[in-house]
Amino acid sequence: MKALQNLGIAIFLVGLGIFTALPFLGTFNLDQSTFDQIIAEKKIKSELFVADMQQQVVGKEFTGMIDLSSKIGTAIENANATHSKNKEYKKKIYTKVSDMASLIGKRSGKGYIAENKGIMWFLTFGLGIIGSLMFIIPQVVTLGKKGIKNDGIYHQSSTNRGWIAWLVFIFLVSFYMVLYFGSEYAVNWTFLVDPISESLSGNPAGHWFVYGFMYCVIMTVMAVRMYIKYRHNMYQMVRTTSVLFFQIIFAFLIPEIMVRLQMPYYDFKNAFPLDYDFFFQWNLKSLINSGGIGLFILVWGVVLTVVIVPVMVYFFGKRWYCSWVCGCGGLAETLGDPYRQHSNKSLFAWKVERWLIHGVLVFAVVMTGMTLYSFFAETGTVLGIKTSSIQNTYSLAIGSIFAGVIGTGFYPIFGNRVWCRFGCPLAAYLGFVQRFKSRFRITTNGGQCISCGNCSTYCEQGIDVRAYAQKGENIVRSSCVGCGVCSAVCPRGVLKLENGPEEGRINPTEVLLGNDVDLMELVNKK
Amino acid sequence: MNHIVIIGNGIAGVTAARHIRKNSDKKISIISAETDYFFSRTALMYVYMGHMKFEHTQPYENWFWKKNRIDLIKGFVESVEPQNKTVILANGSKISYDQLIIATGSKPNKFGWPGQDLDGVQGLYSKQDLDKLEANAPNNEVCKRAVIVGGGLIGIEMAEMLRTRDIPVTFLVRESSFWNGVLPAGESALINEHILNHHIDLRLETNLLEIKADENGRAKAVVTDKGETIECNVVGLTAGVTPNIDFLKDSGIELGRGVKVNRHLETNIPDIYAIGDCAEQHEGIGNRRPIEAVWYTGRMMGETVAQTICGNKLEYKPGHWFNSAKFLDVEYQTYGWVFSERSMKPYEKHFHWRHAKENICITVAYNNETNLFLGINTFGIRMRHEIFDRWLTEERDVNYVMEFLKDANFDPEFYASYEDEIITKFNTENGTTISPKKKSWKRIFNNA
Repeated sequence: MKALQNLGIAIFLVGLGIFTALPFLGTFNLDQSTFDQIIAEKKIKSELFVADMQQQVVGKEFTGMIDLSSKIGTAIENANATHSKNKEYKKKIYTKVSDMASLIGKRSGKGYIAENKGIMWFLTFGLGIIGSLMFIIPQVVTLGKKGIKNDGIYHQSSTNRGWIAWLVFIFLVSFYMVLYFGSEYAVNWTFLVDPISESLSGNPAGHWFVYGFMYCVIMTVMAVRMYIKYRHNMYQMVRTTSVLFFQIIFAFLIPEIMVRLQMPYYDFKNAFPLDYDFFFQWNLKSLINSGGIGLFILVWGVVLTVVIVPVMVYFFGKRWYCSWVCGCGGLAETLGDPYRQHSNKSLFAWKVERWLIHGVLVFAVVMTGMTLYSFFAETGTVLGIKTSSIQNTYSLAIGSIFAGVIGTGFYPIFGNRVWCRFGCPLAAYLGFVQRFKSRFRITTNGGQCISCGNCSTYCEQGIDVRAYAQKGENIVRSSCVGCGVCSAVCPRGVLKLENGPEEGRINPTEVLLGNDVDLMELVNKK
Repeated sequence: MNHIVIIGNGIAGVTAARHIRKNSDKKISIISAETDYFFSRTALMYVYMGHMKFEHTQPYENWFWKKNRIDLIKGFVESVEPQNKTVILANGSKISYDQLIIATGSKPNKFGWPGQDLDGVQGLYSKQDLDKLEANAPNNEVCKRAVIVGGGLIGIEMAEMLRTRDIPVTFLVRESSFWNGVLPAGESALINEHILNHHIDLRLETNLLEIKADENGRAKAVVTDKGETIECNVVGLTAGVTPNIDFLKDSGIELGRGVKVNRHLETNIPDIYAIGDCAEQHEGIGNRRPIEAVWYTGRMMGETVAQTICGNKLEYKPGHWFNSAKFLDVEYQTYGWVFSERSMKPYEKHFHWRHAKENICITVAYNNETNLFLGINTFGIRMRHEIFDRWLTEERDVNYVMEFLKDANFDPEFYASYEDEIITKFNTENGTTISPKKKSWKRIFNNA
């Protein structure tokens, strides 16, 4: 078994190694006719750029994107500098270097990688999947009898912030940096999934398709791990199936198929304000111009946030979204499960959490307010502030860096819910409902708690569950996503997630059930 | 200002300190030689198993004590001088008190076995024991086999711990079936099977005669009363605990096995109280034993004594008995009294149900003549404390308990439920026609 697992790791690492090497490999040769096409498509009027590119790039062979991308970058920058000096603003190129380089790279990819997509897919994704499953599936046997399987978590480098964890951290952060800020280096990755993208939407894959596909693959593989680890716990089995279903069907397949049907790309479960650009001008225009389905999406998006989300939170707690439906939650509960113990449980962290997450919510709401005002008043500024610059700041700081780079990249160090706990504006909104108007709570079972601390340790949201349980108090916290792991790891059967009457849901107690009845009354009355 | 000195920073002492602080402005000092800060003793096993780090076992952050003006003193109390109201530490320093709370807990039993003090022989109670085990049994190369002596809760925990590092474990149990002085036969049998399934070499009806030393004075083997010599590197002594009160021998405080206290948790000397594992009631309360080494009773005594010290003199009145434990992967809960065959009352009758395949079973005890519900043990099913506490107070009969059993289920959502199966068996055995009622929130929250 152990040998099989080690072989699995080796195969996985080969796949990962090839995947990681791809941004530095590949042959790119931009021919004249493709270049002319791009000039026409992009409506480029800068003769300086065209001349520069003709001389430096067109007809030349490049290995890897680094050289090519820097040539394109220089060409754009030089051209723009000259045009600015000459006040020829119409000739300036406003396409980002990264986007231009991705476009050119995608169209000019030649050689083995671009021509053997199937094989290359197998050598990366294929080996990765096979290798990880070879590591994971034997756990049915190696983990032993069903039950809680946290043995050795704090003895292992990968799950105890050791060197493996730091390598994973570096890899994840770099991956997200490429995704958000250097998509030209993802060009080779897009080739691997072109056939899949073409079969779904009819279009070749972009780097976001790579991400979406990878997201589903990783969640599926890691869900197998969840199924094995928590096979004694039906709640975890059902919940894992649910997040997987919503990711694959709603976040991945439906939007791609909608594109094929000439409809707007839309994830029906992604609620505003997590979906922060829902009310952005370009999105509203695209929806309005898409006829019936566009209007339906517009109405659905509003109803989802204003009615469906809070009503569901009232009945089931915010878990119905955060740990049953949401994609961010889905990744956190599958890929992130080995890291859940790293969330900080200190009071200080809780204070930081409340300032940050509510700050982001305010930011999102103000930005959306400005956006809508700008849209209806047909102006670009509100009180002298450019709406687009606020939008760009949010997209960069919150949408990309917080949610992506930090949110997922920091899994191995700060735990798997950094974004959900500290940043997600939707979570903040659901949290208000959960805290003040909901039937959901985690019930503490009388006086059975022995303060062991398993619940707090494994709470991914950094809630000090024990602080409540050892006082016999139910846990009603806005940040709880209802993953159910505190209840699972409790050795004494103290915690239960349930939806019940609001009355008595919050039950501060000092003296616990089991002691002198008069004393309990005396102390708990206060 | 009144100075309250508490000896021992376990659950009893710390609970007392917290409640005294809530109710008063008295000066509070807690003395401990074990650790700087309060930790949960019950969680030590998880540190060795790698589920947690030691810091995770500490329920309060380190700033908590200063903020609540609870002084923590690291030191070993050598003696108490009631006549001067002074506590003397091993380093010679003296601390005077106005009121003293003794909450020093227990220490593992040693029954005078030859070799019981050798290196490699240890109990599992304190932080120091945990550190020792980490040194004695870091892996299965250093510790090629461990022998555990004493088939109780700590013994099975220690076996579980060692097994997570693939260390072969031999488990010597005096009784003919695991913990059958407490558990009824069916349940004890289930745990026997479960222990064997975890590849623990369970030896029932086997006693330790002697621990043999190697040339360095380390344990190298045990000899059993079956005439067998078992080679091992670690011997775990887990045959129960005794109050940790040696330092009180000459203090004039009345001692039995523990510190003798009345129902107000007062000792024979005014202003000295004892709580937790080390306190011994003159007479057991109800069916309880005079000394109860249980987590929650320590906490309850702390809650109670704090009231008395803050001027609201209260008797210690523990409510209905309850407890829980985990045997490897099987959770156990109990509410009310279910006795083993050995100590069963003459009127006590048991109904037992066991799942065909899974490690799930329940035993319900009731009065043979009146049908009064006495208690329930559950294995692999979680039950709701409040519901059973209420039913015991209301003196419900067993038929009522069966009828509303679904209200009492505390398993996580989507778990299979077994009430229908259980009640069918009950009906067959007793000729009753009980049909289980659907779970009702109204009844659970008692506002029907």
